[in-house]
Amino acid sequence: MSVPQGTATEPATAPSAPPRESHARAWKGLGWGFLVKLVILAVINAFGVLTIIAAAQVGSWIVLVGSIVILLVADVVYFTKRSIPLKYLLPGLIFLFVFQVFIFGYTAFIAFTNYGTGHVGTQEQAVEAALIQGERRVEGSPTYPLAVVERAGVLGFAITDAGEVKVGSAEQPLEVVAQTGDTGAPADVPGWQIVPRNDLISDKAMQQEVQELRVPVSDDPNEGSIRTRDGSTGAIYTSTLVWDEQAQTITDTVNGTVYSADDHGNFVAEDGTKLPTGWAVTVGWENFTRLFTDPALFEALSVVAVWTVVFAVLSVAIPFAMGLILAIIYNDPRVRGRKFLRTLFILPYAFPAFMSALLFRGMFNSEFGVINELFFFGANIDWLGDPWLARGAVLFVNIWLTYPYYFLVCTGAIQALPADALEAASIDGASRSRQLRSIILPLVLVATAPLLISSFAFSFNNFTVIYMFNNGGPAIPGAPYALGATDILISAIWDISGVSGGAADYGLASALSIIVFIVVGVIAAIAFRQTRKLEEF
Amino acid sequence: MSETTLTDTVRTTGQKPGQDGSRTAARRRRWILEVGWKYLLAVVVLFYAVFPLVYILSASFNPSTSLAASNAIFSAFDLSNYAALADTSYWTWFANTLIVGFASAIGAVLMGAAAAYAFSRFRFAGRRGGLTTLLIIQMFPQALAFVAIFLMLLSLGEVVPALGLNSKLALICVYLGGALGVNTFLMYGFFNTIPIEIDESAKIDGATHAQIFWRLIIPLVTPILAVVALLSFIAAFGDYIVSKIVLVSEDNWTLAVGMFQWVSNQLSANWGLFAAGAVLASIPVLVLFFSLQRYIVGGLIAGSVKG
Repeated sequence: MSVPQGTATEPATAPSAPPRESHARAWKGLGWGFLVKLVILAVINAFGVLTIIAAAQVGSWIVLVGSIVILLVADVVYFTKRSIPLKYLLPGLIFLFVFQVFIFGYTAFIAFTNYGTGHVGTQEQAVEAALIQGERRVEGSPTYPLAVVERAGVLGFAITDAGEVKVGSAEQPLEVVAQTGDTGAPADVPGWQIVPRNDLISDKAMQQEVQELRVPVSDDPNEGSIRTRDGSTGAIYTSTLVWDEQAQTITDTVNGTVYSADDHGNFVAEDGTKLPTGWAVTVGWENFTRLFTDPALFEALSVVAVWTVVFAVLSVAIPFAMGLILAIIYNDPRVRGRKFLRTLFILPYAFPAFMSALLFRGMFNSEFGVINELFFFGANIDWLGDPWLARGAVLFVNIWLTYPYYFLVCTGAIQALPADALEAASIDGASRSRQLRSIILPLVLVATAPLLISSFAFSFNNFTVIYMFNNGGPAIPGAPYALGATDILISAIWDISGVSGGAADYGLASALSIIVFIVVGVIAAIAFRQTRKLEEF
Repeated sequence: MSETTLTDTVRTTGQKPGQDGSRTAARRRRWILEVGWKYLLAVVVLFYAVFPLVYILSASFNPSTSLAASNAIFSAFDLSNYAALADTSYWTWFANTLIVGFASAIGAVLMGAAAAYAFSRFRFAGRRGGLTTLLIIQMFPQALAFVAIFLMLLSLGEVVPALGLNSKLALICVYLGGALGVNTFLMYGFFNTIPIEIDESAKIDGATHAQIFWRLIIPLVTPILAVVALLSFIAAFGDYIVSKIVLVSEDNWTLAVGMFQWVSNQLSANWGLFAAGAVLASIPVLVLFFSLQRYIVGGLIAGSVKG
């Protein structure tokens, strides 16, 4: 076995072996290729350095380290002669690492946090948000003459306070920028442009923004911030809540309630009331245990999980059977116009899938849909509202979408069958059905098995068809997160994640993603065993 | 299959003359049993395959925009739905889809071809391991990690706004992240069919590896490049989940995101618009598909599925 394989690969390795002439002696000037490379790399370096600077300014350390590494690797690979294969692989690898491998890892990380609505940022941001919520105007506090200023699309306030012009924005606390003898609103603010009052009055959106804008007096959130109602005078607002970083507590000065930080990222009072904003913390396996221990969630998810498997299996088995049967029937040379028939048979496959799902959504509509109207004599069958009818309908749609694929594949496989084997069988007197059973089917199955497995993995996560056809509905009664009867796991993750609106629970959604990843991984392992594709290279 | 007709003729010629009528009747019965029913079945299958498409074509020509009125197939012929598309964001979405689709197709082809060339022509440490890893990564759909994509782009946008949420460039980058895993195998197999002697003789003539790649190999592998380009284009064209979370504002939407809004509300009167839009959007895809069909079938058999 190993001997022929060895001879097969030897000639491939041989050509790189002969001693190459030194690069210096083969020098023929810089050449166009080098110039193009230089320009491209110059652009990449410029962009990379900009990114690094921006990342350092924002304090985004992962992006900073990532872009430094990518830039260094790119320069080393393209400016040295070390690894020629890497020159070809690097662009794809960078995208692969950043936009696929990293996001897989990031998903795993989020799965162990309580990231979601109410737990978005850091503790610092949560404190800030809590203090803003409790902000009131300080009784008897002075008002300052104020001007609305703007710099690069960012609005800020400039005030005159005891002969000093101070300016700041939402991100940047007040700082003194100039001295003035006037007592009115600042007329000139270095580094900023004053927004004319007429603009402010005529622009409703900007008015709204100005009224919501709060400029911190200093870095300490307890000192309060400047706000304005009319755009010409500002006053200090401070929070009735006081943040004590040492004790990790927020105290309400009005009624004396003390909210202390817990390890779930919330400020909780002794009587159990919580402040609305929390921060993201690592919660360990909690998301995973919640999937299995929350009864309402578990029950709905079990329905979803079973349906996912059933949907995936049937979405492969039925279209494959249809495609295979049609392929065998229409491989008959006595049928005329086979080419024409084949082209029409595979039309559904060439029609974009998301549009087919939307098209069927309309056709299956119970009141106005053409299916009830034409094929069920105007009956009012609730295809999309009844759980079982909806499941049947979405399967029907997916079969319509995918049988042409198997028809194509099986036709290809049948036409590639060894003609002499069939001939020998018929000379030996094997009947047509016997030939089908003992020669055609086994050979076609061997050729298509890897495809069936990858199709199964694909159907398992076929979000588009499920979501476009019926949003995963109809809803399972009593299920949390708007889970529905035709939801498969990936669309359930979509509902739970809340990225499209509503309360978000990124942590729980990611935990479910991880579980699906594991299931897909098992399928992949089976696929490897089945196909033994690895032996080919 | 020709056996049966052969024995058929042998048997019938052995019979006495004068039974011509019954002989042709028998032959006809035999034809119906063996071939004729296939035409009948073909009619059924054709109806199943084509009816929804005929229906949407007819709905697109129906001047009424509601779902209920479009059930009378080809009762009217009117281009008002097509004209009405101009008043919507349809053409913006169409342009966005083309931009995203073509950019990710070109990127996927370039990256995939370069990677396949490296795997096919160079022997280097980690080659086998790299191929195996790609095969494994390919099994994990990017769409499953959409939460992480969303959060990553959210924080990336703070540093580089062009790569943040609501940027087509960011969406293209996400698609390109999946390009290597899906396409390398498809292309790798094809690259291996190009004899390595071509590279060797060029090398002896003094060509650099870059010259061999661009001038010799790329022209020879054009069919597989076309297939990968088409499949990447269709994948970007049909993707909803990632484009929905990345593209926030309406003027940045692709067709999948935009047209879903039209018909997601069951009572909305946008059915005519949807029908016209669907017909227009499917024409280029259908044309490309059928002109490249020969190559696609080979590509499909090599292991890709409809996206």
